[in-house]
Amino acid sequence: MSKFLETRFLGVNFKNPVIAASGTYGYGREYESIIPLETLGGISVKGTTLYERQGNIPPRISETTSGMLNSVGLQNPGIDTFINREIPFLKTKDIVIVANIAGSTVDEYAEVVSKLDSTDVDIIEVNISCPNVKAGGASFGTDPKIAGAVTRAVRAATTKPIMLKLTPNVTSITEIAKAVEAEGADGISLINTLLGMRIDIKTRRPVLHNNVGGLSGPAVFPVAVRMVWECARAVKIPICGMGGIATAEDAVEMMMAGASTIQVGAAIFADAYAPKKIIDGLEEYCIREGIGNISEIVGAVKPH
Amino acid sequence: MEFFQKRCDIVINRQLSDTVYDIWLRCPEIYRMAKPGQFVNIAVPGFFLRRPISICEAAEERLRLVFEVRGAGTKALSQITDNIDIIAPLGNRGFEVDKYKSAVLVGGGIGTPPLKFAQNKLEKSAAVLGFRSKENVIMADEFRNVTICTDDGSYLNYSGHHGNISEPLEKLLASGEYEAVFACGPKPMLKAVVNLAEKYNTPCEVSLEERMACGVGACLGCACKTVKDGSEIYSHVCKDGPVFDGKAVIL
Repeated sequence: MSKFLETRFLGVNFKNPVIAASGTYGYGREYESIIPLETLGGISVKGTTLYERQGNIPPRISETTSGMLNSVGLQNPGIDTFINREIPFLKTKDIVIVANIAGSTVDEYAEVVSKLDSTDVDIIEVNISCPNVKAGGASFGTDPKIAGAVTRAVRAATTKPIMLKLTPNVTSITEIAKAVEAEGADGISLINTLLGMRIDIKTRRPVLHNNVGGLSGPAVFPVAVRMVWECARAVKIPICGMGGIATAEDAVEMMMAGASTIQVGAAIFADAYAPKKIIDGLEEYCIREGIGNISEIVGAVKPH
Repeated sequence: MEFFQKRCDIVINRQLSDTVYDIWLRCPEIYRMAKPGQFVNIAVPGFFLRRPISICEAAEERLRLVFEVRGAGTKALSQITDNIDIIAPLGNRGFEVDKYKSAVLVGGGIGTPPLKFAQNKLEKSAAVLGFRSKENVIMADEFRNVTICTDDGSYLNYSGHHGNISEPLEKLLASGEYEAVFACGPKPMLKAVVNLAEKYNTPCEVSLEERMACGVGACLGCACKTVKDGSEIYSHVCKDGPVFDGKAVIL
């Protein structure tokens, strides 16, 4: 373990601040052939709902300039299978387990979280970018009142640390951040993907069957840095920053904007060694810059 | 699934047709693990996602990849001559070459290359390969007992057939000489192959393709509809395939 990278976040000890982002690392087994899971500080597992979901009709993936669109649609086996099949494997690993969860109603969020309360997951990351079925399908995360209501419900359902994962597809992300902080969120993670679209000009059809999908990859990085910086000034709770991080320099930049931990997502598809290179690069950065612990750079940006 | 991410030297890069390229990679760590039907996921400089390409052959410390230029990414890939970064071998289920001694191999266009790898592992085989026109024909002389079908009938040497793969395939199935059918190509062709195999009660395996990101079962992008215990589910080409039982896929 590196003394330069040890991090305490939401009351949990991480050996380094690098977490594999939900939806890009499966349940941790998938990339073990290339990198031992324990290299990472944490893993945010594939988003889990109360019941099994089959996900969206393919194509679900489209490449973009410096990134990709996805519309997987939360395909997952449901919370009970996650608890019975995946947690036993994950708990054999020396890694922080972040359970990423989602729901279609406030009640579903609360029920999923209550099922996780007595398990070995360390942190619950609540994805509020999904459609609110009872309110016409608008995302929970686009309205401060509804985002607050989800936070209140999950807060009441668990004593584990909860981190609300915010959508960037809003006019003011700081309003959402403040609302979830006020309802008891221990932390926030951002940004989820930016809504995007690509069209095949030969067929005149959208590339994704779902027509639109979430943009991730280096293309979104500056947007993510800006939003993390804005949120860091708006709330007191710690931030897990993500969105297009592909290198150690990106990770440093995101931390300077105000993130205490970071997630690496789509970059893993391009280079499965990306998280390992980021971890090694962060340590080298600390040594080179004479920094005792990487936490010293969190929020260190000096705005003009 | 055991696989590696490695930078491999390109030993040969040659053109097979206007749009099809044939690349041989030196990868001593990987070639021995590769099985017919598996694929590699290739990083192309300047493009964010890797390109999944089926393995055409694996021998003598080399992997052979035959692919078609479909867009800017595969165009760029075709121009690389020094080395490429690959994740391989990928796919948990390939053609079941250990289960059958003989098979009819049915390829449609750029679906042809992985069947060569299957042929190498079979005692007996026949191949029915379909192409649009004679300019598109690739690897014709690399298959045993081959029939080359062209939509326009422009490939009319001894092995030529004017029309799609159905008629020659049906003759081979009716002969009863082959235990199974292995197919790779466009979905309408696969559908026809599955139906014919069913008519002759012959086991049939089909290799599928879908837009993909990770290639290792993590992103769940490459969904394909299959039947499990009587209900339709989304399986994933990279993790559950890329080769599926013809009876279990919904094409």
